[in-house]
Amino acid sequence: MRISRIYKKHEEEIVAEVDLSRLDHLIEKYRHKKGNVIPLLQGAQEIFGYIPPIVFEKISAECGIKLSDMYGVATFYAQFRLKPVGKLIIKVCHGTACHVQNANEITEAIEEGLKIKDGETTEDGLFTLESVACLGCCSLAPVMMIADQTYGKLTGTEAVKIIKNIRIAESKLN
Amino acid sequence: MTTTKVIVGLGSCGIAAGAGKTYEKIKALKDSENLGFELKKTSCVGMCYREPLVEIIDETGSYLYGDVDEARAIEVIQKHINQHEPVKDYIVYTDLFPAAESDYMDSQVKIVLRNCGYMDPESIEEYELREGYKAIRKIADEKIMHEAVIRTILDSGLRGRGGGGFPTGLKWKLAYGNKSEEKYVICNADEGDPGAFMDRSILEGDPHAVLEGMIIAAYAIEATGGVIYCRAEYPLAIKRLNIALDQARKKGYLGKNIFGIAGFHFDIYIKEGAGAFVCGEETALMASIEGERGMPRKRPPFPAASGLWKKPTNINNVETYANVPWIILNGATAYAKYGTEKSKGTKVFALAGKVKRSGLVEVPMGMTLKDVIFKLGGGIKNDKRFKAVQMGGPSGGCIPEFLAHTIVDYDSVTATGAIMGSGGMVVMDETTCMVDVAKFFLDFTQKESCGKCTFCRIGTKRMLEILDRITKGEGKAGDIEKLEELSHQIKENSLCGLGQTAPNPVLTTLKYFRDEYEAHITAKRCPAKVCKPLLTYTVIPENCTGCMVCARNCPSNAITGEKKQVHLIHQELCIKCGACFTKCKFSAILVE
Ligand SMILES: Cc1cc2nc3c(=O)[nH]c(=O)nc-3n(C[C@H](O)[C@H](O)[C@H](O)COP(=O)(O)O)c2cc1C
Ligand code: SF4
Ligand code: FES
Repeated sequence: MRISRIYKKHEEEIVAEVDLSRLDHLIEKYRHKKGNVIPLLQGAQEIFGYIPPIVFEKISAECGIKLSDMYGVATFYAQFRLKPVGKLIIKVCHGTACHVQNANEITEAIEEGLKIKDGETTEDGLFTLESVACLGCCSLAPVMMIADQTYGKLTGTEAVKIIKNIRIAESKLN
Repeated sequence: MTTTKVIVGLGSCGIAAGAGKTYEKIKALKDSENLGFELKKTSCVGMCYREPLVEIIDETGSYLYGDVDEARAIEVIQKHINQHEPVKDYIVYTDLFPAAESDYMDSQVKIVLRNCGYMDPESIEEYELREGYKAIRKIADEKIMHEAVIRTILDSGLRGRGGGGFPTGLKWKLAYGNKSEEKYVICNADEGDPGAFMDRSILEGDPHAVLEGMIIAAYAIEATGGVIYCRAEYPLAIKRLNIALDQARKKGYLGKNIFGIAGFHFDIYIKEGAGAFVCGEETALMASIEGERGMPRKRPPFPAASGLWKKPTNINNVETYANVPWIILNGATAYAKYGTEKSKGTKVFALAGKVKRSGLVEVPMGMTLKDVIFKLGGGIKNDKRFKAVQMGGPSGGCIPEFLAHTIVDYDSVTATGAIMGSGGMVVMDETTCMVDVAKFFLDFTQKESCGKCTFCRIGTKRMLEILDRITKGEGKAGDIEKLEELSHQIKENSLCGLGQTAPNPVLTTLKYFRDEYEAHITAKRCPAKVCKPLLTYTVIPENCTGCMVCARNCPSNAITGEKKQVHLIHQELCIKCGACFTKCKFSAILVE
């Protein structure tokens, strides 16, 4: 079983960061639909990058869904995040085909290159490193995905190089 | 004269291999030089190991070019288009003469993949040109009754391709028999097996075939609504499905009184999964559509009696539906001509792992695993020794080399202890450690267990702990027996297929590779040299030049030695990271 815990942060801090009015459109769309918990949470995560506690409260109050039901769903599925994440998520595939072709080396190289552990975010908030199970490009194993772009036939060194290039490109944007 | 067509393969695998850049390059060339060919897109033909792929069809025939990066694209366009001279060296397949990949293509029988890579998946017109929506039209025009459609599917012998292998016709018959105002048809596109990508390729390459299959199923069982449950990791599949749905609605193929059949109202929507393997299980999947935690529930009642929103529901896999239009058009006998006595038709496999040609293949049931891996797959990468093939993912098992003559057919594969599964085939060679593979799957199922049943939730955790110890060199006598005992307990006391099959990867590796477990436990040795804590690194004096690279790269300063002198690894300091082995240019580090 996956175990996720709710992230503790000072409430005022989160209230200041989160503009709840951005949820209005989403809530309007799903308020009366049956089976709306997952789409509401997915939509909220799309807006904020994760689901902050006050967003749960707002949706619960507006749509009449029990808070416990929403937390139950949010902690069940791997997709939902209860903590803020970096701007770009590095998903390193650890499916079967990638595993037997050294996916561990990719994760280890990135951990070393970015000085973070699997699941963590870099200090500048640019990258979060994650392990996922199969991106469906097994023929190009080992594989990683950053934003919507998939990179295949990697080595640890190449993976780190790709990430460094993205960081350079990102710094030029700012 | 027909215009020459240049077609670029833009499936997820192609795009990852750089097909997007190839497409842009060709487009730029076409625009800047005003070239008179038609530039088109398609999806994956299954030759993933040769991506990016570009097909040129001119008045002489069709030529498929492989590994077309930007540089090759320029060369191919210049020679083939401008000078009318095909570049033989890069042609991987053509119907005009034998080419590098002719074996790969010609040994296949394409029913499910009939359109993948042969048309633009974003064009409903192209689908219709390739007999698309003809099967449902035939049903409408010839006024074929529900029972007769179901009969055809029953007679074809089609069995569910999602893993279970339940006869599809029978499932439809049950759902049809349960009368209700509201009924549903669900397409299971959750493709949870990590190492399989058949469903993704079908959805990306031929989304309309899946829609047509669902429409036929809806007609057969008198369904009123349809849902495709697709995993969120497949953004391109979802995008193309959405395009296909819009096109079908515009043409009136979804909606009210479709295909002129009075009273046949049916539409489909897509539901994105939220990342839980157990949601591939049908009852969990329906709970997830209903917005709940995806926990399986007891069956019966089966979905055919009480499924989505407690209404009669038919649920099938992507590949199952993609077979349906072909069967209706060509007849049950034509389909049943392929295959074995109890497994009819073809099966799509995703070949991956240590195999030379890694991609998608569709073969008639009854072909041997050896033929799939060696004839189609081209054998093992770097000419290493074939050790085993994993089928059925976390619910399946590893079939060893000496059983490579096993044929692909539900019963024969099950007899080995593995299962046919959904079609993932991960090939392993002598450098794959079977204990590590078993641990890998257990780690997966342990995380993905929904937690409802004690044995599945805690038993898998205990098994994982034992396997973890064994791979760290801390295995004890009695560990194997404990694993076996836990396996049987979990199989017997779990509610759903996840728990009931979770021990299979351990049981099959114990059955066929017991000596490898024993080497780990007793001799503290990993024969495949994968489990790092069990390895020792030493310097081979004859090869060492004293270049000092290993010493500089060792993170724990375990290596000493003067310049130009043989170095020494101090075992008590070595943390077995393998840095010396990777960095040494003179093959002077021995790993045992
Ligand atoms: C743990 C678990 C995961 C499953 N995952 C999938 C899946 O990813 N795709 C799928 O089509 N069927 C999956 N199944 C099988 C489904 O429960 C169901 O049998 C199937 O969708 C029926 O379709 P079919 O008869 O066409 O095979 C899974 C079953 C279990 C127990
Ligand atoms: S067997 Fe495992 S996954 Fe299935 S219902 Fe029980 S706990 Fe959940
Ligand atoms: S196993 Fe990595 S993409 Fe499938």
